[in-house]
Amino acid sequence: MLQPQRMREKVVLRVVAQSLIPFILLFGLYVQFHGDYGPGGGFQAGVIFAAAFVLYGLIFGIDHLKELASPRLIEVGVALGLLLFAGVGLVSILLDANFLDYKALDSHDPMHGLHVGILLVEFGVGLTVTAAMLAIFQAFAGRRHD
Amino acid sequence: MLPIEVVLFAFLLVIAVVVARLRDLFAAAMLTGIFSLLSAGLFTLMDAVDVAFTEASVGAGVSTVLLLGTLALSAREEREKPVRLLPFLVVGVTGGALLFGTLDMPYYGDPAAPIHQYVAPEYIAGTEREFGLPNIVTVVLASYRGYDTLGETAVIFTAAVGVMVLLVERRRQRGERSD
Repeated sequence: MLQPQRMREKVVLRVVAQSLIPFILLFGLYVQFHGDYGPGGGFQAGVIFAAAFVLYGLIFGIDHLKELASPRLIEVGVALGLLLFAGVGLVSILLDANFLDYKALDSHDPMHGLHVGILLVEFGVGLTVTAAMLAIFQAFAGRRHD
Repeated sequence: MLPIEVVLFAFLLVIAVVVARLRDLFAAAMLTGIFSLLSAGLFTLMDAVDVAFTEASVGAGVSTVLLLGTLALSAREEREKPVRLLPFLVVGVTGGALLFGTLDMPYYGDPAAPIHQYVAPEYIAGTEREFGLPNIVTVVLASYRGYDTLGETAVIFTAAVGVMVLLVERRRQRGERSD
């Protein structure tokens, strides 16, 4: 699909992509970890973070992308994010509270527990979304016309 | 209504008609991306920045890439088909019914609307008091509606697993090499 050789020969595309990707990744991290205070959160951050990888795959070819984010790594990421979310819920049950009651995560300072809990589940969402987007992109882009 | 919103809605209408009439699928895919970006602009004007964010990144970004990826596997042009009246009628009647339904809806931003009377006041008051966080959307998503979000994450997980099962070549059986 992506005709990597031809794309890579385009100097402008390559240089612009190379200079954009770090900023997209940084913006994704900002949206992820600043979601409590500004607009955004795991869903948006996951997609933005994945977009940087998709851009890399579009310019440098799907094979290079697979070296960077291997299908195996993506499979683990998709599951790990959801497990992290559910795991936070299970931990709060083990700490004698309700499922997903983040206050139990820090017995001394419930407010701190709340913030940690929200940060963790948002990170779980972000991880699953990033990995799912990359899985779908790789599945589509990796196919040949036949 | 502000003029800028009228302009955005007019653009959305024009793009929708053009996408429906275009036979060049590449142009149609790009126009749906622009449609999403303009919708994101509208959501921003309605102060729904989180929704606008999602629309811009998912609708205008990733969906467009996926559509283009699908196009690479199929034909570039839609085949010419005879005009059929029945589908057009069904769509027209459904659209008319939906428009008729909106007549009963409360006005945009109406504080007396049912949706603003139920749990929303509690969420708005509680976010600052109980959580000490300024972003109400994040608190609703992660805490008040934490179960729902867990379910949504499971849906995304399921979607990814489905795509992997259906589309990824069975590299385990054939070794890691892909041609």
